[in-house]
Amino acid sequence: AREVSESCMDSLLTEIVSSYTNVLYASKPELAARRIEAIGYQVGHQLSERYTMERPRFSDHLEAIKFICKDFWSELFKKQIDNLKTNHRGTFVLQDDKFAWVSRMSSTDNSTSTQEPGNKTSEASSMHLYFPCGIIRGALSNLGISCAVSADISNLPACSFVIRIKV
Amino acid sequence: MAPAVPRSGDAIFANVERVNAELFTLTYGAIVRQLLTDLEEVEEVNKQLDQMGYNIGIRLIDEFLAKSNVTRCVDFRETAEVIAKVGFKMFLGVTASVTNWDNEGTCCSLILEDNPLVDFVELPDTCQGLYYCNILSGVVRGALEMVSMKTEITWIRDMLRGDDAFELQVKLLKQVPEEYPYKDDE
Repeated sequence: AREVSESCMDSLLTEIVSSYTNVLYASKPELAARRIEAIGYQVGHQLSERYTMERPRFSDHLEAIKFICKDFWSELFKKQIDNLKTNHRGTFVLQDDKFAWVSRMSSTDNSTSTQEPGNKTSEASSMHLYFPCGIIRGALSNLGISCAVSADISNLPACSFVIRIKV
Repeated sequence: MAPAVPRSGDAIFANVERVNAELFTLTYGAIVRQLLTDLEEVEEVNKQLDQMGYNIGIRLIDEFLAKSNVTRCVDFRETAEVIAKVGFKMFLGVTASVTNWDNEGTCCSLILEDNPLVDFVELPDTCQGLYYCNILSGVVRGALEMVSMKTEITWIRDMLRGDDAFELQVKLLKQVPEEYPYKDDE
């Protein structure tokens, strides 16, 4: 399959976040966040469509989530989700122990003190997370599952995505 | 002696971390689509894409210089060749060709026949006037500015508009001589 350098993808992500938060919706972080999420949603929806074309429909939510953890994640990050938890009532927690899009960011953004992420950095990191959250929501939506997705990076470089399925 | 300017970016591309191009292409498409929704005017979208490219270019040049070992090009002709053969290859995995030089050697065209940005892209009629790949011209402009070359970049041909290739005209406006803090033979 065709590939491009990782810097291309990283550069696009950086620019999505900085254009929407610093230029287009500079005084409205919530709107910026929604737009970044929407871009991710489109990407997730299209990718999931492509990756499931020749596959039978998933029999239940867990099957679909497992697809996201394994096949889908591998296509995007060349690794699977490391840990999947569920409360069996529609909430799933997907943990990537070394999430590419935040591990590189946290190591490049803080030039001096990596131990002490300043406010600006954590704000920027959380803005970066709307994109992958949108990707997951879009991918699941294409599989007929509507949900809300949030991310937790309190344990960097691990990142957990919390999926709450809407009933 | 400074190392010779590389003639191809194949080896560098083989060694950099790479990602699924589909993810990259669809992400770019989603950005363009979202910008069209948010900015409404196609001309504004063109500007925004160019600006984003510029911002990327001024950062990417460092990685380019570090990984390519290009220290200094003797002239603009060599610079254009290096962008086409090494720069495009090392980031996008494709090679451009350089043609249509003017007599002064300050204006040429980069031709791209294979462009990962436009895989699966078809423009609806409502997007007339959109320079879909405008981010690319911004990247080239930004990167060149960081090595003291002011350029003006124009799309001459665009496959999304029915042309047979992408043609990017690069015109050198001004070259600011750099003072190097070191000598070549050090």
